[in-house]
Amino acid sequence: MHFTINGQAYDADLDIRTSLLDLCREHLGLTGSKKGCDHGQCGACTMLVNGRRINSCLTLAVMHQDDEIVTIEGLGTPENLHPMQDAFVRHDGYQCGYCTPGQICSAVGMLDEVKKGWPSHVSGDLTSAALSDEEISERMSGNICRCSAYPNIVDAISEVAGLTPAEREVAGA
Amino acid sequence: MAEMVMDQAQRPGGLDRAEQGLLGAPVPRWEGAAKVTGAAPYAYEQSPPGTVYVAIVPAAIGRGQVTGVDAGGAEALPGVLAVIHDDPRMPAGEGNSRAKPQPNTGRVYHYGQAVAMVVAEDGEVARAAARLVQVRYEETPGRFDVEKQAPIREHGLGFLPAIDKGDLDAAMAAAEVTLDETYTTPVHFPAALEPHATTAWWEDGQLTVRTSNQIAGAARKTIATALGIEASRVRVLAPFVGGGFGGKTGVGPEAVYAAIAAERVGRPAKVVLSRRQTAYVAHHRSHTTQRIRLAAGRDGRLSGIGHESVAAQNEIGEFLEPVPFGTLPLYAGENRRFRTDLVRVDLPATGAVRAPGEAVGTFGVECAMDELAHRLGIDPIELRRRNEPEVDPTNGKPFTTRRLLDCYTQGATRFGWERRDATPGSVRDGEWLIGMGMAAALRGNFTVEAQARVRLEVGGRAVIETDMTDIGTGTYTILAQVAGDMLGLPMTAIDVRLGDSDFPASAGSGGSFGAGSSAAAVALACEDVLAELALRMNAAPEDLRLKGGQVSAGGRSAALADLVRDKAVEGHGRMAPGKVSRATSQASHGAQFAEVAVNAVTGEIRVRRMLGVFDIGRVLNRRTAQNQAVGGMVWGLAYALSEDGVVDTRDGRFVNPDFGEYHVAVNADVPQIECEFIEEVDDAANPVGAKGVGELGISGAGAAVANAIFNATGVRVRDFPVTLDKLLAGLPPL
Repeated sequence: MHFTINGQAYDADLDIRTSLLDLCREHLGLTGSKKGCDHGQCGACTMLVNGRRINSCLTLAVMHQDDEIVTIEGLGTPENLHPMQDAFVRHDGYQCGYCTPGQICSAVGMLDEVKKGWPSHVSGDLTSAALSDEEISERMSGNICRCSAYPNIVDAISEVAGLTPAEREVAGA
Repeated sequence: MAEMVMDQAQRPGGLDRAEQGLLGAPVPRWEGAAKVTGAAPYAYEQSPPGTVYVAIVPAAIGRGQVTGVDAGGAEALPGVLAVIHDDPRMPAGEGNSRAKPQPNTGRVYHYGQAVAMVVAEDGEVARAAARLVQVRYEETPGRFDVEKQAPIREHGLGFLPAIDKGDLDAAMAAAEVTLDETYTTPVHFPAALEPHATTAWWEDGQLTVRTSNQIAGAARKTIATALGIEASRVRVLAPFVGGGFGGKTGVGPEAVYAAIAAERVGRPAKVVLSRRQTAYVAHHRSHTTQRIRLAAGRDGRLSGIGHESVAAQNEIGEFLEPVPFGTLPLYAGENRRFRTDLVRVDLPATGAVRAPGEAVGTFGVECAMDELAHRLGIDPIELRRRNEPEVDPTNGKPFTTRRLLDCYTQGATRFGWERRDATPGSVRDGEWLIGMGMAAALRGNFTVEAQARVRLEVGGRAVIETDMTDIGTGTYTILAQVAGDMLGLPMTAIDVRLGDSDFPASAGSGGSFGAGSSAAAVALACEDVLAELALRMNAAPEDLRLKGGQVSAGGRSAALADLVRDKAVEGHGRMAPGKVSRATSQASHGAQFAEVAVNAVTGEIRVRRMLGVFDIGRVLNRRTAQNQAVGGMVWGLAYALSEDGVVDTRDGRFVNPDFGEYHVAVNADVPQIECEFIEEVDDAANPVGAKGVGELGISGAGAAVANAIFNATGVRVRDFPVTLDKLLAGLPPL
């Protein structure tokens, strides 16, 4: 099978039961995406597929032959960090680092959803969702950080989103 | 070798002379770029070529004996290399430095116990084949309901003996006011996000295991014991550990399985527990039943305090939750009784999870103090002030540093405690009932031996090597900060190499002793380096001034690289506990505050804000220390409101062994949390004067939330977690 991941072409000979996550981790050497639960419960495996964030443990690799897949390795490198990666470092939005690639991919995907006007459970207005700390927390709740660096994660994302202190405090409902 | 045995309070001179300005500063994590880009390698990653996959076959009964295994169906699957079940070295449970791994006798001690493994060419085949292995059992009735087992009083388990000082019963009979209440806490899973995983390979009779483990040196010995080989033939690597929380302090059977599989098929082998398997194969924190008795005068002064508990362990486990550990030095009162009785069960092993003792013991004692304050009509902080002891009230030893009263004062001011209405259920915000609560935090401090090596290399870079781990705790960063300050180097000129059992032995990560002990060892190794540099400068070590890679003494100055020239300077450091460690009572302290909103209609509980003020000795890195402390507070929040491991008492299975049903805190549960430190360097704790952080934050945090819920609603829930069903009947009329 052929895959396009981080703009690069890959070929792989796969068991059809292989998840997109295991394709990357076990066959392509892209181990940045993490497996925390393999059940879509923790978010550590979050990737961007055609621009949308998904739990890559819940989808089979064979379903993604023609998709544009971006993993944490495609966002930035240690020498050239993506702004979200840089913000996580500066705000200490992590501890052990295991959930971090998923958090960062999820955050990038989430900000794009907000830009498109998608509301969330806490949005007061279903047609013009504005970002706030409460919105960020709600929209990032599919990504578990057992070390519980949540306040710093929110700080990092709100900085990348360019929120002012007043905007951060707005209640959604 | 520069050594310090803690026979008295002491501090390496280089720390006081430091000019680089790193120690204590909120320096970003040394390994940050590797973590945020996914480049940091964890145990299951970057496998050697040809690595095979191991899948574990779990026991399908709760207690009994394996009578036979039919591997035919599994072996017939293409890609299966071996099904292994009869190797006596396959441990029945976890092993650690104290408890040897129990060998495989076919006996089943709990549901989900590893009883066999499949080795295959890929993970999909291994997992599918594991389900085809037919295990036959002789099943016997199990003890699955902790509440139905008779407690054993004389059991010899755990490090904390029963304490009975004075006469608590007489004090209770004579007291003007008494409290006698029982609190329960449920099973808690450590639930590190990285599941337990190991990659193992043999080369010329030498075993290397890359494993997710908190204590590399101990893991090496335990693995060697399990395999019946010399420890010198085992090398353990744990450069990155995706969270531990106590759950990775021992060596699980899966790590030994991987080594056996690699040996059997002659190729590297790797194994990872599925999320559900982690609940069974790794240990959890026991449920506890805690009876708290307080005997007091009307002025609130305690004449007696009792903390008597029951905790569970299975037939082969040797650990017992030291429930009252944090209560021992906390409050005055001459009559004192502390004990933890044991119930034996046929469930997965219980073990050390973040702050064993305090994490759950504070729910008992700190809610009881809140209840007593309410009965007496005394402010909860004032009640605690009146019972602040001058020396350890249990063993009479002097405290080293104890800023608990300052934590109360500073916390109350910052939190706005004076705005709290002491009458429960009296503050409303629309349909929400608002309440404030507080609790003391205390976590015993341990001094544990540690060693490290620091090498100033040709070119002037420094390299730190120790078998210490970084499990998210910030070890890489703080050790670089220590060496940077001691040697006058920026963070970018320092390499840190951790988690390799071939490096000098440390204490590992556990019991909050890692930062203080390993930082001390690194500081001492740097002292050793400084001694050599002083020789080369023809000066005394105390006259050296080091900053920005330059060293000066007596009016002369040189670049470190020039001083090193073509011969690296290597230093060794060792710190060990001594007389002052034994003669003093040491702990980290704090005050926890929480404000909650409880929906008056639905009983839904939201934590609106939390504040922790902590006394942790020297702060090694303000940013990572705050992150640790706040993370602990979030654990307390989740212990108070949602974490609840449920046992199906019919068969010994867990009802909720995954993140879908066992509810750790998610982002939306957590408000912005404030945390500050009252810094007093504790020179008796260790040479860098740092006390434990990682477990302090959880201590008392959940009790503060529970006490805030009482203040909001007037409903006192003593069986944790506090869920809305336990509140609804008692909520004030709408």
